[in-house]
Amino acid sequence: MGIVEARGLTRVYDGLVAVDHIDLDVEEGEIFGFLGPNGAGKTTTIKMLTTLLRPTEGEARICGYDVIRQPSQVRRVIGVVFQDPALDDRLTGWENLDFHARLYGLGKREREERIEEVLRLVDLSEWADELVENYSGGMRRRLEIARGLIHWPKVLFLDEPTLGLDVQTRRAIWEYILALNKREGVTVFLTTHYMEEADYLSHRVAIIDHGRILAVDEPRNLKDMIGGDVVIVGCSDPRPLAEELRRQSWVKGVEAHGGELSIYVDHGEKKIPEIIMVAERLGVSVDSVLLRKPTLEDVYLRFTGRRIREEAADAVEKMRNRAMRRWRR
Amino acid sequence: MNSAEIQAIYVMWLRHVKRFVRARSRLIANVIQPFFFLAFLGMGLRPINFPGLPSGLVYLDFLTPGMIAMSVIFSSMFAGLSVIWDRQFGFLKETLIAPVSRISIVIGKTLGGSTVALIQGIVILIAGMLLGARISIPGTIPAFIFMLLIAFFAVGLGLSIAVTLKDPDVFSLIMNLLMMPLIFLSTAFFPLESVSDWLRTIMYLNPLTYLVDGLRGFLIGSSSIPLVVDLSVALGLCASTTVLGAYMFSRSEA
Ligand SMILES: Nc1ncnc2c1ncn2[C@@H]1O[C@H](COP(=O)(O)OP(=O)(O)OP(=O)(O)O)[C@@H](O)[C@H]1O
Ligand SMILES: [Mg+2]
Repeated sequence: MGIVEARGLTRVYDGLVAVDHIDLDVEEGEIFGFLGPNGAGKTTTIKMLTTLLRPTEGEARICGYDVIRQPSQVRRVIGVVFQDPALDDRLTGWENLDFHARLYGLGKREREERIEEVLRLVDLSEWADELVENYSGGMRRRLEIARGLIHWPKVLFLDEPTLGLDVQTRRAIWEYILALNKREGVTVFLTTHYMEEADYLSHRVAIIDHGRILAVDEPRNLKDMIGGDVVIVGCSDPRPLAEELRRQSWVKGVEAHGGELSIYVDHGEKKIPEIIMVAERLGVSVDSVLLRKPTLEDVYLRFTGRRIREEAADAVEKMRNRAMRRWRR
Repeated sequence: MNSAEIQAIYVMWLRHVKRFVRARSRLIANVIQPFFFLAFLGMGLRPINFPGLPSGLVYLDFLTPGMIAMSVIFSSMFAGLSVIWDRQFGFLKETLIAPVSRISIVIGKTLGGSTVALIQGIVILIAGMLLGARISIPGTIPAFIFMLLIAFFAVGLGLSIAVTLKDPDVFSLIMNLLMMPLIFLSTAFFPLESVSDWLRTIMYLNPLTYLVDGLRGFLIGSSSIPLVVDLSVALGLCASTTVLGAYMFSRSEA
């Protein structure tokens, strides 16, 4: 039984099927990536799993508690970092955490110790007494992650945790996520539309598009599904080598372009020595070897027939930022 | 009710009050308008004798309770606005997802909004006294309680309106288009006895009339309507909007 479990989970917004009969089984302790483009239904799924939205159909359980019938038990065992910021700008970082700790019923001593601890985890101890309105985007994100952890949740939901952050800050957040998964042992359910993010962080990835889950597996298995890796070999005499390689059972295909061979194999890194051995046997000297791994982008392309819409994502981000600025006081 | 719920009420209250204390410009803006009315209308119209003004009292004495009621009502209703802001800034989700009952959250918000409103009402009271309004000192104690009733009513009303809205501008519009006329037609500015019959009928239908009149009864010892009636209406209004606000809020989605 998974720590997060969904069966036929569905949400319809007046006629629009945002989430379409999805099944999920997230195992305790893993980082589960939920990868999909804008409008795929990631946030809607998180909102249903975190009791903020009623499913139209289907059911879901967190730690065995039913999200529809036992919402308060579910709320007690989850931490959530929403896609849009959910901090109080007029309070300090510490006060935001203290507010949360009290809402979750922590005692005074417990509260102080735990707030110190989570602030240290995201390197914000020195900023604790600063008003959140003076925080940068990355600091806000970190503070929200820290807040999500305060009450020792079993599952931490992160909805696009690095959306709108620069590359460096994004990397830093990744390290925090890995650290908290390891140190706190908390299961992480993370949505993203960044390929590298899903790839780097997740033990397993589910690819979602138009509300449907297209594939669930470890990133490397997903990539292997593509038909393995490409080993590009530069050599003095490609023709006999190509012919010999085509006869090997573990080679899926060979293409020659000038002095280079593109060799399609599974688990490329293990096949490089064999390729070299074949070349040596034929007396062909190898000048260079390049291993190209397929990316999740290739996997996504394979399943959906299109590239993930990063440009569209950026447009949405800009709109959101503009809307936020408009409401700022 | 267990300690977790009580702590939730406390923390909702604490946040409201903290935000208020930090937003000094808001405090000044909220207090300045009734203060100007008191200073300019109250002082300017001092020599005029309104029909219906109890003997021995001047216009400033009459106006001060009205302005207190007005500032309490407005500042309480802004507790509703804070829900819209919270929704706009996403903070509402943080409270909706907490493992405490929505009722506790509403109670905390109501107490927070009322505390702030009471403080503003007291500021206006002191301002009125400094300008020379004659206030019954023993009357201030029941008046504070009455101010709290007014605050509960207005917070509940504000919350009920706010949870149905997404746009803070619409809320401000409602405040100006609905609440301002109601305040003007509530005896806050002129006595029931000084107006024509049809206007008086409208004022009798306006629930705010009873709130303003009751407060005046306690503060200056003279009301146009029996205090028992004012008090009963206030209690009824307060109970109904509080329940309505709690109900509306408990059903809201982030
Ligand atoms: N409250 C709503 N009412 C109507 N339609 C909605 C609502 N919320 C989301 N949708 C629609 O449901 C679909 C899924 O939206 P959702 O926000 O779950 O996507 P997402 O994967 O989180 O995308 P994003 O990357 O933009 O956050 C979209 O087509 C969206 O327009
Ligand atoms: Mg989303």
